Amino acid sequence: MTKKGWKDIPIGGLIEKGGTAKEYKTGDWRTFIPVKDEAKCIDCMICWVYCPDSCIKVKDGKMTGFDLDYCKGCGICASVCPVKCISMEKEKK
Amino acid sequence: MKNLVEVRWHGRGGQGAKSAAQFLAEAALDSGKYIQSFPEYGPERAGAPIRAFTRISDKAINIHSGVTNPEVVVVIDTTLITPQVLDGLGEDGILIVNSSESPSEIRKSLGYKGGKVASVDATKIALETVKLPMPNTPMLGALLKVTPIVPMKALEGRIRNKFLKKIGEEKTNANLEAIKRAYNEVNVE
Amino acid sequence: MATPKLAPFTGDEITAYAMKQIEPDVVAAYPITPQTEIVMNFSQYVADGKVSTEMIPVESEHSAMSACVGAACAGARTMTATSANGLALMWEILYIAASTRLPIVMPVVNRALSAPINIHCDHSDSMGTRDSGWLQIYCENAQEVYESIILAVKIAERADIQLPVMVCQDGFITSHAVEGVEVFEDKAVKDFIGEYKPRFSLLNVEKPVTVGPLDLQDYYFEHKRQQSEGITNALKVIPEVFKEFEKAFGKKHDFVDGYRLDDAEVAICVLSSTAGTARGVVDNLRDKGQKVGLLKPRFFRPFPREAIAKKLSHLKAVAVLDRSEAFSGEGGPLFSEVKAALYDEKSHPSVINYIFGLGGRDIFEKDIEKVYTDLLEVAGTGKIKEKIHFLGVRD
Repeated sequence: MTKKGWKDIPIGGLIEKGGTAKEYKTGDWRTFIPVKDEAKCIDCMICWVYCPDSCIKVKDGKMTGFDLDYCKGCGICASVCPVKCISMEKEKK
Repeated sequence: MKNLVEVRWHGRGGQGAKSAAQFLAEAALDSGKYIQSFPEYGPERAGAPIRAFTRISDKAINIHSGVTNPEVVVVIDTTLITPQVLDGLGEDGILIVNSSESPSEIRKSLGYKGGKVASVDATKIALETVKLPMPNTPMLGALLKVTPIVPMKALEGRIRNKFLKKIGEEKTNANLEAIKRAYNEVNVE
Repeated sequence: MATPKLAPFTGDEITAYAMKQIEPDVVAAYPITPQTEIVMNFSQYVADGKVSTEMIPVESEHSAMSACVGAACAGARTMTATSANGLALMWEILYIAASTRLPIVMPVVNRALSAPINIHCDHSDSMGTRDSGWLQIYCENAQEVYESIILAVKIAERADIQLPVMVCQDGFITSHAVEGVEVFEDKAVKDFIGEYKPRFSLLNVEKPVTVGPLDLQDYYFEHKRQQSEGITNALKVIPEVFKEFEKAFGKKHDFVDGYRLDDAEVAICVLSSTAGTARGVVDNLRDKGQKVGLLKPRFFRPFPREAIAKKLSHLKAVAVLDRSEAFSGEGGPLFSEVKAALYDEKSHPSVINYIFGLGGRDIFEKDIEKVYTDLLEVAGTGKIKEKIHFLGVRD
């Protein structure tokens, strides 16, 4: 992507729209990724509450997986899971 | 009279030296003169000796230094009448003090031979009129008698304007009475 | 010419009065000597319902400027005021205000920075912020303070400037002295500054924006380049605001104020109240036939290089009087920049520096006369014996 010159961007570092943090994929420098054991998960949503990057995907009241675009691999979800259905595994790149 | 007149006020914190300097300046402003008035800021506390200044001129005043050679020195507090108040006062200067002593006695005790010396018992006047030991307004009356740098009417107007809202009709009139009495009772030599 | 109707104000009082007439949407401020009476008087206007301004009393100057940044981003016309250590505590946020291009107007009552503790006038506070990206106007007296604050609002908010402005006055000397000031009608002030139309507003949900994002190697430099353009542009377009001001109020303003310079051989260059004192000395010496003049820069940011060079380059010798020490070992900040301003000229005067008035040390006419005497000697001999002097200090 060609970057714009100083004459072509708004002054003062202003970005003329909201929610731009979403475009910045922060999940590209982790070592571990969370992996779920579907059989053990009870959909209690504790991981959803604790995830600092809002990476727990939920659909119709079910925990459906992880948003790996933003997951930094911190392991909090695995740590708080009451049934220990999440394990942290080394990511293969 | 010189174009620029500088007045130095000596008083103690709380006696209204700063206000007197300002009332005089504002009265002069109302009569079409250019003015400056400012106190000398040191450690501020009630009872400490303080100095304040008034500059009055027919032309715009550009100078922003302190006053070193005043034409007029006014001493509001009797206990401050020491040779120090003569600092920078020239041979044709005017010294006005709050004292029950006569001008010749003041001259003698200070060793001041020049210009004019005037004395008025401003504290007594203040106690009898305003009922408070606030000698600043009567000293303004004495000043205008000795050197009419501003019309009495302008001063009265300013005092009325400043005081009415703050202290009411009765006390305002008492201050105006104090000014008149000092104007009539001041002794000049 | 009829004498204008003047009313008595201290520098602080007239500042608060100007703020009342401007009636900003938000004022966030913390009191500090000798600025206190500005905040005190303005708070009274708020309490009395004279203005509809949202007054935010904060717990420090860092918070004051932070609240101003927030308010300005919300699209509010925003003001504050400070002095000395208060300005120092704002430091971090001063840069953010300027770099986010927020047109905040801030009266600064110049006071010495600690240590040792001193509450009196010098310019070390605002001079220290000279690289923060704020525009700076320096005022000689209460009248200039009043007019400059109104002028500053218009300058700051111009679409082709969009930068914050400091309006500096000398602590105590100007801030606490009563002088006669000609004030304008409320409506005339309101008409001149006009309704504030912010560039963006965080409160506008129809048009959401992101303010203050992370800006790394990819775009930060471009934003700084824009900011540089903003300050250069300010030099070009501020004269238009001077003209509008003159049209509205009949008062002339300029980047610099020269006095009896055209046929002068030597001149003093000095900011703020001391320029007034120097003007009297110029008149006295002129009466004695000495060809002396005076230059008072009104703006230090943007730095009016061309205007200064135009006024001074024909002289034989110039003394720059600095009311602050930059501790570079090469003299005060005004000296360095005035000297640099003359470097590009075909011919230029000898330039010497006098640091004076630190911590409120009074400067008298005789001190300024001494400078002119020194200058005439430099002009006569063409030799500078000493480049940097300390005027009024005890040996």
